[in-house]
Amino acid sequence: MSGKNNMSVKNADVKNKGVIKRLWKYASKFRAAFVVSLVASAIYVAFSLILPIIFGKATDLIVGEDNVSFSELIALLIYALCAAAGAGISQWITEILCNKISNGITAKIRDDAFAKLQKVPLKYLDGRSTGDVLSVEIGDADKLSDGLLLGFSRFFTGIITIIGTLAFMFAINPVIALVVAGLTPISLLTAKFITGRTYGLFKAQSKLTGEQTALVEETLSNLPTVKAYATEEVNGKKFDNLNEELKTTSFKALFFSSLTNPSTRLINAVVYAAVALTGALLAVNVPQGAFLAVTAGEILSLLSYANRYTKPFNEITSVMTELTGAKACAARLFEILDEAEEVHSPLEKPVSGLSGDVNIDDVCFSYVPDKKLIENFNLSVKSGTKVAIVGPTGCGKTTLINLLMRFYDVNSGEIRYDDIPITEIKRQSLRLNIGMVLQETWIRKASVYDNVRIGRKDATREEVIDACKLANAHGFITRLEGGYDAIIGEDGLSAGQKQLLCIARVMLCLPPMLILDEATSSIDTRTEMKIQRAFDTLTAGKTSFIVAHRLSTIKSADVILVMKDGNVIEQGTHAELLEKHGFYYDLYNSQYAAVSAKGA
Amino acid sequence: MNKVFSNVKKYKKECFLAPLCKLAEALLELLVPLFVADIINRGVNGGDTGVIIKDAIIIVALAVVGFGFSIFGQYFSAKAATGFSSEVRAGLYKKLLSAPLSETDKMGVSSMLTRMTSDINQMQSGLNIALRLLLRSPFVVLGAFVCAFLIDAEVSLVFLATILVLSIAVVAIMKITMPKYVKAQKLLDDVALSARENLTGVRVIRAFGAENDEVKTYEAKNAKLERFQNAAGKISALLNPLTFTIVNFAIVALLWCGAIKVNDGVLSQGMTIALYDYMSQILIELVKFANLVVSISRALASARRVQSALDMPDETSGIENDDTSDAYIEFRNVGVTYADGSTGVKNIDFKANKGETIGIIGGTGSGKSTVVNLLPRLYDVSEGAVFLDGKDVRSYPLKELRKKIGSALQRPAIFKGTIRSNVLPLGEADEERLSSAVDTAQARDVVNAKENGYDSVLEQNGRNLSGGQKQRISVARAIAKRPEVLILDDSSSALDNITDLKLRRAIKSLDYPVTTFIVSQRASSVLGADKIIVMDEGGIVGIGTADELRKTCAVFREIEDSQSSSEVRK
Repeated sequence: MSGKNNMSVKNADVKNKGVIKRLWKYASKFRAAFVVSLVASAIYVAFSLILPIIFGKATDLIVGEDNVSFSELIALLIYALCAAAGAGISQWITEILCNKISNGITAKIRDDAFAKLQKVPLKYLDGRSTGDVLSVEIGDADKLSDGLLLGFSRFFTGIITIIGTLAFMFAINPVIALVVAGLTPISLLTAKFITGRTYGLFKAQSKLTGEQTALVEETLSNLPTVKAYATEEVNGKKFDNLNEELKTTSFKALFFSSLTNPSTRLINAVVYAAVALTGALLAVNVPQGAFLAVTAGEILSLLSYANRYTKPFNEITSVMTELTGAKACAARLFEILDEAEEVHSPLEKPVSGLSGDVNIDDVCFSYVPDKKLIENFNLSVKSGTKVAIVGPTGCGKTTLINLLMRFYDVNSGEIRYDDIPITEIKRQSLRLNIGMVLQETWIRKASVYDNVRIGRKDATREEVIDACKLANAHGFITRLEGGYDAIIGEDGLSAGQKQLLCIARVMLCLPPMLILDEATSSIDTRTEMKIQRAFDTLTAGKTSFIVAHRLSTIKSADVILVMKDGNVIEQGTHAELLEKHGFYYDLYNSQYAAVSAKGA
Repeated sequence: MNKVFSNVKKYKKECFLAPLCKLAEALLELLVPLFVADIINRGVNGGDTGVIIKDAIIIVALAVVGFGFSIFGQYFSAKAATGFSSEVRAGLYKKLLSAPLSETDKMGVSSMLTRMTSDINQMQSGLNIALRLLLRSPFVVLGAFVCAFLIDAEVSLVFLATILVLSIAVVAIMKITMPKYVKAQKLLDDVALSARENLTGVRVIRAFGAENDEVKTYEAKNAKLERFQNAAGKISALLNPLTFTIVNFAIVALLWCGAIKVNDGVLSQGMTIALYDYMSQILIELVKFANLVVSISRALASARRVQSALDMPDETSGIENDDTSDAYIEFRNVGVTYADGSTGVKNIDFKANKGETIGIIGGTGSGKSTVVNLLPRLYDVSEGAVFLDGKDVRSYPLKELRKKIGSALQRPAIFKGTIRSNVLPLGEADEERLSSAVDTAQARDVVNAKENGYDSVLEQNGRNLSGGQKQRISVARAIAKRPEVLILDDSSSALDNITDLKLRRAIKSLDYPVTTFIVSQRASSVLGADKIIVMDEGGIVGIGTADELRKTCAVFREIEDSQSSSEVRK
């Protein structure tokens, strides 16, 4: 992962060059394929340049009535057949390899971007919409692949054709060859000028596409609410506005970039006229036999070569257009690749079997610098303690979990597990020591079996079934069509069933510590009690943190932390806290009040 | 694929003018050889410098005019292509919002997203290239053929054979590659699904330390996509070389036939050269055409996927149904069967009066949400009928029906925007309603906790809110509608008990009668309801007040016991 913090270098030109350079680096991984495709395209160009010569010689043999040398003609035509077949095969090889290279580069960049997203701090992902990231990971990568394919397949054939024809032209007449060689770069400069201007448009287009995808992703993943509130029109209007903007921008990008080709064609036509003019003037004014003299026939072949020579320029410039679009997409992908990763301390070591002495010393934390959230937080938990965290919503419970799991790093202060500072424990090994179940469930489109064994890919089927039994999920799973092999997803299961599966995941891993954030909020109380018992067995002698509103869930805790506004305001056992007649007392009695008031 | 292509209609003018301009450009290009010939004949051979200069200027002038045509051509085709794709995008988006959930659930968010983005992109570039080349290439090919025919009808048979063989080759390649491209897009769906799940489940994945597995799975899917793209590419890459080889073979055949005819004195050398030139022209155009075919077949594969999304039915409404009900709300023998054939709920039969509070309680997966989702017709019954205000819910215009019902769904949806835009999603400017809904939903402290009050920014999925805050915003949204029927689907599970209690009390004291459905796991949340429906495994096992149910319903007793034993008893 190169370039840790070159995000500060915002100079467009520098970034521009960087993109090409980095794409080139990716391409270098296909060096062998590259070389072969270059050789193959050189062979193709050679054959395709020889063919007109063979055909020319062949036509020279076809002079007139009874004046055709068939034996020589047959030989030439057989050469032509071989050359045509050879050109075809070598071109096919070139194209297959170009396909391979461009698909390979895209796949690699996509893989790298994905791998990178596993390493960036959660803060980065929490701050961006899913749709936007997706449009880069999938959409931009897709466009990059298309652009690269065209780029590679035409670029090199083009360049080799240019070199080849230039050589032929020099052989016929150096002056005219110089005229051509001197004039054609103008078309390249024009192309460069235009593509330089359109790069910004392509980037704007990618950005708008990202915004639109974000909106679409958001509405599509919340369709029930969209329907229930009839916000189809409101969303439609937002979409239409973005769509209109996107239309205008992509039109501009498409139109201005498509000017390259006609412009270079115009310049090529001028070159063509110049060749005709110089050639004809030379033919008229330079006596035959002198240096630089040309014949009418030579002018014709020069012109046909001039045509042949300018064509690849056309191709190259049209490729430049494609590449500009692709480059804009690549730039967005590289932006992800350049994101700073989670910071690793050199002291980090893996741990296993944490017993669960947790010390939180003077921790301050906030998501945004100027909005304080947790201040001077202190907590000491001995191993084997069941800690319940209660408090009104928004009191900082979820934030505390973010810190305990090291999803976020503290701003100041220190968290220690078994007296090892959290910053000296490898994140992954820390997290493997803690089983976490969140209120918000996450089920992927896969079989029940695969969903459960996310934390232990090596688990046997029996182990998975046992874990599901512990989580009380076995019953409903067997009722699914296909049982453990039923393909499930976000839709279709009830919230409670999804929570049971999330719990089964933890039951399978048997971690020494637990963090449960409203893990059973959608599960009926009868089932919940059974699960609670399973958890108790699991965490016997270990430390667990439980966030819950149901007092039944937390009453059995060894310590109850009552949190408010980012701080612990009360701490103690259930009985102690009731005696205090404080915040917890009120909270507890509301449950009683609710029952006696018949739910209001 | 009529629905997809009907979107071109709006750009009829552009679609007509773009190829026309490109054609004019091609014609001007065809004139150039005439002036070159003039330079040679009158200029070089006649030694006339004036003619040479004049003709050179004309060649440049032709190029300039051609450039003008070309610019217009590019303009119109860019206009049509971007306009077309924008129409399709808008149409597809609207369709996805108006199709029944049962259909969109089947397709899945990721697949819908790739259709919205990648597929429509393919269609855009396909149309763009088609407009520029579709008319030009066949025109040049046909023109060259006609010229060849005029020179020698017999030899032109070689042309005809070539064009035929090429057409067959092109069609065959298209036939083979098209399904492959469809499959490749499907695999792309799969990659997109992985990427999306990875983003939405990032906390779980990291908590289980499954990042490496994720990368491996993703790389495997990506590699499969790559393999498939390469396989499809292998065949479509055949197109260019095949065209090249066939045309050159044809030239060999042409020269052979020409040689015999010249030898016989039927044809001259010059005519053979002319025939050769035409064949070369055909070659250049056909190579372009072959590339066009690749683009078009990819675009068509994508168009098919977009079409299949557009083919989803719309939600039906306003269906005549003479059945009526004397109750305000009635579920009459309702059953729901899922698409996979499994039963969601069965024999749901109950009535509710206006202004009543109905509690629905039951175990995990007992079908509680399925029942309440039938009222606003998020899903439809498979049998039986649901009545609101005496009429079958399916007979209402959808909008009217949903206007009557405010529902806070099990998974609180928070949209990127502000608190205001989330509570009043239709953008109404009604401070009064906003403020009272926020108060009723006990969400005042959510508003106060944020810097900018109602205009505080909420992130996608409410990432800057806690679970309970999200629920209360979502409840506020339901209340702000001032609905006749309020559905709270397990939407206070993350609330502490005081807040939950306050919420229920506030709803009770709204200034108009609202029929409330409270779906909950907590017995305490439904105890005060006028009617409690107890559900178990998709069916109703008890209806009545708490007191009645305590006597008659074993399941209810169990639920209550399990909770009160741990919660109330000291």
